[in-house]
Amino acid sequence: MATLTVREALSQALWEEMEANSKIILLGEEIGVWGGTYAVTRGFHEHFGAERVRDTPISESAIVGAAIGAAMTGLRPVAELMTINFAFSAFDMIVNQAAKLHYMFNGQVNLPLIIRTPSGGGRQLGATHSQTPDAIFAHFPGLRVVAPATPRDSKGMLKQALRQNDPVLFIENATLYQQRGDVPDGDLTVPLDKSVMAREGKDVTLVTYSKMYYATMKAAEQLAVAGIQAEVIDLRCLRPLDMAPVVESVKKTNRAVVVEEGWMSYGVGAEVSARLHSECFDYLDAPVKRVAQSEVPLPYNQRLEQMALPDQEKIVRAAKEVLYV
Amino acid sequence: MSELITLPKLGFDMAEGTLVRWLKQVGDSVKKGDVLLEVETDKATVEVEALASGLLKGTFAEAGSVLPVGTLIGVIAGAEEKVDLDALRLQAGGAEAVPAPVAKAVTPAPAAPPPTSATPQPAVAVPASDGMLRVSPIAQRMAAQAGVDLKLVRGSGPEGRIIKRDIEMFMAGGTPAQPAAVARPQLAAGSVPASRLRKAIARRMTESKTAIPHFYLTVDVDMADALRAREQLNAMLEAADAKLSVNDFIVKGAALALLKFPNLNAVYRGDAVELMAQVHVGVAVSVPGGLMTVVVRDADAKPLATIGAEVRAMAARARAGKVQPADIEGSTFTTSNLGMYGIEHFAAIINPPEVAILATGAVQAVPVVRNGQVVPGTIMRATLSADHRVTDGAEAAQFMQYFKQLLEQPMRLLV
Repeated sequence: MATLTVREALSQALWEEMEANSKIILLGEEIGVWGGTYAVTRGFHEHFGAERVRDTPISESAIVGAAIGAAMTGLRPVAELMTINFAFSAFDMIVNQAAKLHYMFNGQVNLPLIIRTPSGGGRQLGATHSQTPDAIFAHFPGLRVVAPATPRDSKGMLKQALRQNDPVLFIENATLYQQRGDVPDGDLTVPLDKSVMAREGKDVTLVTYSKMYYATMKAAEQLAVAGIQAEVIDLRCLRPLDMAPVVESVKKTNRAVVVEEGWMSYGVGAEVSARLHSECFDYLDAPVKRVAQSEVPLPYNQRLEQMALPDQEKIVRAAKEVLYV
Repeated sequence: MSELITLPKLGFDMAEGTLVRWLKQVGDSVKKGDVLLEVETDKATVEVEALASGLLKGTFAEAGSVLPVGTLIGVIAGAEEKVDLDALRLQAGGAEAVPAPVAKAVTPAPAAPPPTSATPQPAVAVPASDGMLRVSPIAQRMAAQAGVDLKLVRGSGPEGRIIKRDIEMFMAGGTPAQPAAVARPQLAAGSVPASRLRKAIARRMTESKTAIPHFYLTVDVDMADALRAREQLNAMLEAADAKLSVNDFIVKGAALALLKFPNLNAVYRGDAVELMAQVHVGVAVSVPGGLMTVVVRDADAKPLATIGAEVRAMAARARAGKVQPADIEGSTFTTSNLGMYGIEHFAAIINPPEVAILATGAVQAVPVVRNGQVVPGTIMRATLSADHRVTDGAEAAQFMQYFKQLLEQPMRLLV
């Protein structure tokens, strides 16, 4: 067992898989010589060479399009987009090409393609560079969308993604690259379609993923001090969405709060809440509550930005509301 | 085609109005534009015109009624047209007219009817403002499985929503969170008209307690010997219903003591104290809705068994509402005994025009000091309430001292 940062975990996953499989290539802006905006690929260019670690022009559409072509012709490309906000520039490539080619060509081609990109706000990057549009991409069938929170899951899921044949939007979070956590030694893979119970409790189920996992775990600790035992479910995957652990938990606790960093309307919380109401309505003791970002373009001003983002206090408050306390 | 007449909205903020009077009577022919009625608002009295021609077939509100805007108050229809007046009246009654303040002042509100049933009514859940019974899905399911009637559960969630913990608490037998869970007798609030007996008691007790300067003397009576004597005597008495009671001893003791203190066997007449020729001892008897005093005539001369038999007979008649005048008239002194309720001692209110009343409590086993030793004792506390206009502490004290001696040497009651 090693303690790694998310950055190190991702880096190890890529390195190990690239060592094992020569078909894996990386492409993206400044990922090669410079080592990547978040330094995930530092040293890769030197070790694996310019053929497999390719710096690209500043065109997300070109990056993803090239990756799609490479995947169709037998490679396993990992495209890195500097932020998920730039994925909008590659939106057609992602949702119309990557997500649909296997289907449109009647299964003749696979797209073992990974798009790595950090999501989320809170770093004073302004409204256009601070979004959490995860749910938008999870809307499209044909795409796997995952968003691990821990170093362990980051490594295991990236390795797993590199060993399967579907296009994967691998959502990271810019504030989590320095997050440390235990990562088992050896060859670690984590399924791309399984939610997991991260903390056991009996009074209320807190459902979350990615960065909000940490605020939610802290909220659970705070609730425990108040005698409330919260169960935390880390979704890890947004498509396909594994509701089984969530439903199982809510059948026990009868109450749920869904926590996401993105906006509430049409969001992950909306989907989880709707599924809960249809899959375990008879077990609910309170309407499912959502904690999400305020419905505004995220402010640049630091205080306003923090106010607009969900946090531990908002989660605790929501949990108490569904508990009627 | 019939035209319904409703109370019109005669101003922007008008919510209700007073129907001052109808200017047309039921059966009158009405032309569109005729003044039908007058309505008084906060600001003015306004004439209301008919909106259709025909006959005024019916009116559903009387002059003086205060009605919400829109209340159905009448109907105009063609002469030959059939109108279901009963249905309309029912519809009009939906909004209940309240009497105008003026009418209120002269018409006393009818007293609420006395409760007709003592059956405990289970308290029901407090409904939300819209009357909907809100239940969370899990609570609904738990209730269905356990056979819990949700109407008996009080919801502690928002807008009275019944949630899981309410069902759990209900099934656990109820907690302060939902006191409704426990079927609790409903208090029959309301006005109960005073009976003649109640009124008489109220009048006489008020008269006594306000006019008579009461003073009170309490003494402990050792009843050990009296109880022993009673036990021996009862063993000799065959018939069970002839058994002597402690009260018989009290009545007899009081009667004998009154012979020695005639000033207490008297009636106060304002300028004179009328000493009575005979000792008629009253015994307070509780009856439905009040109490009565039955009278043992010449109690000083009657054996205990006779006293007991007479009191039992009169009390039975009193409780059955078949009391005879002789049963309750002419007492010269009254005794009141609450010993059977475990009352230790109490002070009674003098029964006018008598001069004193003796109140006795329960005979209790208590430690007493005898010859410097604490020993088990059998004590009854007796309290005399006396009229200070007639007697004083010393005389009353001697009366009590003598009463005590008689009871503590019960053989003296037998001679």
